Amino acid sequence: MDEGTELSSTIAQIVHKLSGSQLHFQMERQAKECLNHPSVQLETLKEDVKQYLRKSGWEKKLQNAVYQELNMIHTSGNPIAPPEHIKEPLTYMRKAQASWEKRILKSLNSMCTELSIPLSRKRPINEQKELLTKWNEMGTDEPDLSHFRPVYAPKDFLEVLINLRNPNFDNSDQPSATSHWGLIQVPLRVKDLSELREFFSELSLGYGQLGIEESSQVPQDIFENEHARIGRKVLADQDSAAAEQYIRQGSPTELRAELWGLILNVTSDPEDIMYYEQLTTSVIQHDLLVDNLFYKDVKLTASNDDYYFVFEDFLYQVLLCFSRDTTVLEHFKYNSATPPKSYIRGNLGIEEFAVVYPPNGVIPFHGFSMYVAPLCFLYNEPPRLYSVFREMYMRYFFRLHSISSSSSGIVSLCLQFETLLQTHLPQLFYHLHEISAQPLRIAFKWMVRVFSGYLATDQLLLLWDRILGYNSLEIIAVLAAAVFAFRAENLMEVTSLAAAEAVLADLSTLKVIPLLQIFLFATVT
Amino acid sequence: MDLIPGSSSMCDNMVACSIKAPVSLQIGNMFTDAANLGVLVIDAVSPECTSFNLQEISFKNNYTAFLMVRLHKQDPNSPGNVKWVTCLRNYQLMPCPHTEEGAQDYFSISRQQMLIEPDNITAVRLILRPAFSVWLNFGLEDIRISETGKEDSEKTLPSWLSSLTPVGQAPKCQNAIPDPDKISSSIQQMWALTEVMQSSKTTARVGRFDVDGCYDINLLSYT
Repeated sequence: MDEGTELSSTIAQIVHKLSGSQLHFQMERQAKECLNHPSVQLETLKEDVKQYLRKSGWEKKLQNAVYQELNMIHTSGNPIAPPEHIKEPLTYMRKAQASWEKRILKSLNSMCTELSIPLSRKRPINEQKELLTKWNEMGTDEPDLSHFRPVYAPKDFLEVLINLRNPNFDNSDQPSATSHWGLIQVPLRVKDLSELREFFSELSLGYGQLGIEESSQVPQDIFENEHARIGRKVLADQDSAAAEQYIRQGSPTELRAELWGLILNVTSDPEDIMYYEQLTTSVIQHDLLVDNLFYKDVKLTASNDDYYFVFEDFLYQVLLCFSRDTTVLEHFKYNSATPPKSYIRGNLGIEEFAVVYPPNGVIPFHGFSMYVAPLCFLYNEPPRLYSVFREMYMRYFFRLHSISSSSSGIVSLCLQFETLLQTHLPQLFYHLHEISAQPLRIAFKWMVRVFSGYLATDQLLLLWDRILGYNSLEIIAVLAAAVFAFRAENLMEVTSLAAAEAVLADLSTLKVIPLLQIFLFATVT
Repeated sequence: MDLIPGSSSMCDNMVACSIKAPVSLQIGNMFTDAANLGVLVIDAVSPECTSFNLQEISFKNNYTAFLMVRLHKQDPNSPGNVKWVTCLRNYQLMPCPHTEEGAQDYFSISRQQMLIEPDNITAVRLILRPAFSVWLNFGLEDIRISETGKEDSEKTLPSWLSSLTPVGQAPKCQNAIPDPDKISSSIQQMWALTEVMQSSKTTARVGRFDVDGCYDINLLSYT
């Protein structure tokens, strides 16, 4: 298909998507209102209306909405491709994802059966009132959750990825030029170091960066002042694309919340706040089994974290609302996963009573709440915190627990990490391989959680700046490899997986940007 | 994703070609010489050998690296004079033969991409070259051949989509993200047309997950 057709198809998709949106109605209303404006003449109606929308800032909003949609389109967009191909082009990946989902469903069902509790029930009125009164202090509640266990943990998922094979690939045991020594054995395409250098060119030593102590080019404080000044300009201009480019060099702390909101095109209109309130009502009305999984997860992870325990109440609010949000279902169009299905009690098999469970289609796993926790540092109003998290999830985080061939998908990230280590630190890779301490076994949990809970918060936010700036998760595979490179000397001395894990147990003192720069741009190849 | 009517130019002009089973061609012994993968040849013949003007060939790849297309073309001046001509040479379907990129993607090859005017065709021959010996099987699936539309044929939606970006002036799509300025100017033109789209289907969300206020569920369904 030629590029013209591809572009037309992309445009058609975006127009289709935006045509039912809130923005469309708002713009239409504005256009109607402007007809009363004296500057609008009948003879030049079309141009005048356009001019009006441009001046009143609506054109910018439309531009940002289009840019947001463009960022979500990851496929080549051939119009003849069926929906499942857009979810995931490779058949064996789709099958692997489906069988992994089946395991999760079985696990959740058996939990229900063992504990004799339903997946969902309506709360009695008195229970609803009780929950409403303690909405802002859900953390003080100490329900007995000892019977609940996380549906799965990252290491269970890693086992699935390790066993992933392409049936059309010659998987013979004989080592050959194409053999891969790592745990991931699927032949996906990942970037080599020179491609990564090109892709992350703004991280090179010639550019100023936030997150480094000093630079050889310009004194760091001069750069920081200038960068903050440009940042304010970018915000004043309200342009998502400019903000995305800007944040590649890091975001000043005081501008970060606004910049991320702009990049993700998250608004705080009264409609958004009302939508959030609607979600809280849904939480009050229905009691879901997944709520207990979220409670348990927060207790096991964020509540034990020195940085995040203070946000416990925020986390419950956001996560419970998230599970009720049906707009999240939209992302299953481009996610290889499929939301679990069920039927309203007593109506098994009747299609009119078929529902998605949970309402957003996402079953949480051990560590899920760590996707929200760092955002609590940026946003202190729950509706905004919620919208930013939802957008981050629908753009990036879902890729970290679905099996897909996407370059930001977890399989590619694992392979990217192993390939970088094998190619650039072959001795270290070989040593760890020999003592059965496969590097991926250590790095996997970092990547699944996007390093949340492992790095110091300021460092984590500098890392996430780059995820947003490059609209890609590939940076986390590079960072994982860079951490190994940084600790290579110590790792060469260990003789067991436990000892290697001990060397890499504490990442809270690491400075991510210098590590990334050294690994990407100061490594001799 | 919902397919948008009119976004594909080939749906309504399909040629009911009979697609023959792939024939494997190989030099030497395939058992002793593992590196010699040979080629596959797939012939598509138009019904009763009537000639047609080719518009587009589309298919789903299955681990084929390169494609060559030859056409059985009639000379319009002397219909008896028929010969095989190459209209596409070494078209790359898998950019990196060792990895999965493009391995199972959908492709459409339109007449503008061909070396000759693909008119008065009676048969299409697809010659497939494999990527690399690590892939056990290769082929093409879901092959569809369409002919050019009649001048007066009416479609439900005009081909305004493709007319927006004339072939040859298509902007370079680096990393699949085209220039936002160009998109925004195109969007301006298309805004009026959203009304047409909207009347056919709206994407507005309802946001309800319950059925008549009830969301009592016991277990998940496996089907």
